[in-house]
Amino acid sequence: MGLFDRLKKRLTHTRSVLSDGISSIFRGGRAMDQALLDELEELLYTSDLGPLATDLVATLTRMHKRGELKGEGDVRGALRSRLLEKLGDQRPLPEMNQSPHVLLVVGVNGSGKTTSIAKLAHRFKLEGKSVLVGACDTFRAAAADQLQIWAERSGVEIVRQGEGADPAAVAFDAVSAGIARGSDVIILDTAGRLHTQKNLMSELEKIQRVVRKCLPEAPHSVWLVLDGTNGQNAIQQAKLFTETVDVSGLIVAKLDGTARGGAVFSITEAVGLPVFFIGTGETMEDLERFEPEAFVDAILATTLESA
Amino acid sequence: MFETLTNRLSSAFSSLRGSKELTSDNIEEGLSAVREALLEADVHFKVARELTDKVRARVLGNEQVKGVDPSQQFVHAVNLELIELMGPEDSALNVAKSGPTVILMAGLQGAGKTTTCGKLGKYLREKHKRQPLLVAADIKRPAAVEQLRVLGKQLDLPVFFEEGLSPPEVCAAGVAYAKAKGYDVVILDTAGRLHVDDELMSEVADIAKRTKPHNQILVVDGMTGQDAVRSAGVFHERLQLTGVILTKTDGDARGGAVVSLKAVTGCPVLFVGTGEKPEDLDAFSPERMAGRILGMGDVVGLVERAQESISEEEAEATYNKMVMGSFTLEDMFAQLRMIRKMGSMKKLLGMMPGMSGLADAANIDESVFDRQQALYDSMTPKERLHPDVIDVSRRRRIARGAGQEMGAVNELLKGFRGMQKMMKQMGKMGMGAKMGAKQKRAALEGMGGSGAGLGGGGLGGMLGGAGDLLGGLFGGKGGGEAPSMEDLQSMMPGGSRPMGSSSTRESALKKKEKARKKRKQSKKRR
Repeated sequence: MGLFDRLKKRLTHTRSVLSDGISSIFRGGRAMDQALLDELEELLYTSDLGPLATDLVATLTRMHKRGELKGEGDVRGALRSRLLEKLGDQRPLPEMNQSPHVLLVVGVNGSGKTTSIAKLAHRFKLEGKSVLVGACDTFRAAAADQLQIWAERSGVEIVRQGEGADPAAVAFDAVSAGIARGSDVIILDTAGRLHTQKNLMSELEKIQRVVRKCLPEAPHSVWLVLDGTNGQNAIQQAKLFTETVDVSGLIVAKLDGTARGGAVFSITEAVGLPVFFIGTGETMEDLERFEPEAFVDAILATTLESA
Repeated sequence: MFETLTNRLSSAFSSLRGSKELTSDNIEEGLSAVREALLEADVHFKVARELTDKVRARVLGNEQVKGVDPSQQFVHAVNLELIELMGPEDSALNVAKSGPTVILMAGLQGAGKTTTCGKLGKYLREKHKRQPLLVAADIKRPAAVEQLRVLGKQLDLPVFFEEGLSPPEVCAAGVAYAKAKGYDVVILDTAGRLHVDDELMSEVADIAKRTKPHNQILVVDGMTGQDAVRSAGVFHERLQLTGVILTKTDGDARGGAVVSLKAVTGCPVLFVGTGEKPEDLDAFSPERMAGRILGMGDVVGLVERAQESISEEEAEATYNKMVMGSFTLEDMFAQLRMIRKMGSMKKLLGMMPGMSGLADAANIDESVFDRQQALYDSMTPKERLHPDVIDVSRRRRIARGAGQEMGAVNELLKGFRGMQKMMKQMGKMGMGAKMGAKQKRAALEGMGGSGAGLGGGGLGGMLGGAGDLLGGLFGGKGGGEAPSMEDLQSMMPGGSRPMGSSSTRESALKKKEKARKKRKQSKKRR
């Protein structure tokens, strides 16, 4: 199965909302008019596109007035090109040729950090890299146990300490251990924190600082995990995390629901960060490389040919 | 940061200054501002549209108050509609007539179910003298059982789990165990599941069938977007939801999802999670939530917090000092300590109407207060009571004692003088001096009383003090933007209302209008 089909399958529910919504609006061969545009606006808004929905409808209205929209196909095509424009080109994953590559993973509570890390570790392992994870979430009960179970399943190494240990100390240990054992990738899991909590955000800064004592150019990457079912607050999360640590990319988790990941568009526009991966399920394999075209096509049920 | 609805509305209405009357023609712009604010707060599109329709009807209906700022009227109407939609306040769990009360907790992954189970168990034990048993039925996520066990150990709550059973079996066994051992509440922590996952949804329905829970609670992430409606709808279909708990409301998400939830499921919102600590679970209040969605602060929460952490005597002592105008450094720091006991400055500021923006802008560094405390500790008792004696040589000594620069001492004294001036003004404003003994007591009672009274001068003044303190302390940085005492007072609902008067809505609105004019004037003067 090709990547496109796999993604499409994963995002079936996602697709069913936006794409089927469009289909049902046009059912019975309705002609383009204002009422139809209003319905489209509602559909776009309920896909968590936020203010972008207004923007898209404005574009559609303009095109409609110029008589450029004949029917469903044109609307899909227009949405496709506008949405793609918002996402920009696919950005390459950071080169991981320096060894070890330290990857710090941050995010709010319950966004899916630990699960995403498990999937990433699995992925890197399959690529033939030696992976070490550091359990720096020493706050939530049994967070380190959760990571350890994942680590054992995919056969990667883990560095952990007891509950309540200093997260920065665990990070330091993990990076030192990674250097000593010649790991290729070191992934640091951190405790979930709401972006509005100043002291917890400072803790992230500290982790970054302490890691640098061990390896001056670390962390090489900081990835923010966002919950795909979150609404407009995701933008705020992205902004505030970016202010504190040098976030270089995003993982959008839980995109297998009816969660339509509309926030992805707003976030890309608001903070200009590339989305590297999306989480599409509960098993270790359910992490897909984010590809703008495939993503947009999956949610609009368009293909290159039809557009 | 999100624009508050009030700001948004005032800009929408700037075009119709002069024509104070609201007509069906000129309110559309205001309504679209309302709609935008609701959508930005993640209220579902359809629900937002219904709400704006109701607001239109209300604003155009006979409830219009003549001569009142139209944006105020709008906010008022939206507020009422929101409260109506989310209410009535009803945080009661269903209690079993005999045997243990069973509570089933369900929700999407990462909503905060396990944490909330712990909080709820603690809450029921402490506030309702119950003996809860937690049942770990999440065998899907690695270490979820362990997480609940650790939580149970921390909170001293028993946790039931049996290896090798399916989740419905574990739950049934848990309820049987509770019956046998005499626990009167059983909280079932189930795995997070997507509403589109048929298999898992059947599983949770099976749990409900086997355990016949008296309460079936949906745990929802306060940051959820438009999808909340769909997922809650499916959960409601498969279970018979009796209530909702909204988590992670301590961030800056507006939590508009809760409005949609209520509209879709019709179930009351029982609790809100307000932080990471086990005690951070509050009863839900539609008024507070409405204020939050509209960006109007959470004054009731502030009063409650004050009630919990400040004793009557302390409050009275400070209040008297403020009234008498004999305000010293000692008093200022006593006040500061009191306020800090209530929580972080940022959290408190965020709860104050109109201040949430400041809380972000000031980027409050709590350690400033520790440094100020160090300066204070470095002073002699005489200096604390008579700050006027602090000359250059004393400043140098104080700074050295606290390990800081002399400039820091100057800053502190500047802040103090500003505050002292404010206190004097307050006396003049009639906050205290003109107040009879009876009214004074009423003001204090207002502070200790619950919700509706919202405190009068007592708390208002104290918080005003906090605002000013911040203004003073942050001197160069954010001080200029800190609202004045007067602003704060008028921002606080009822703050500009004279003590003891039972005000109708109309008079409250008029007062607000008056305060607004006054503010305008003072701005001109500046």
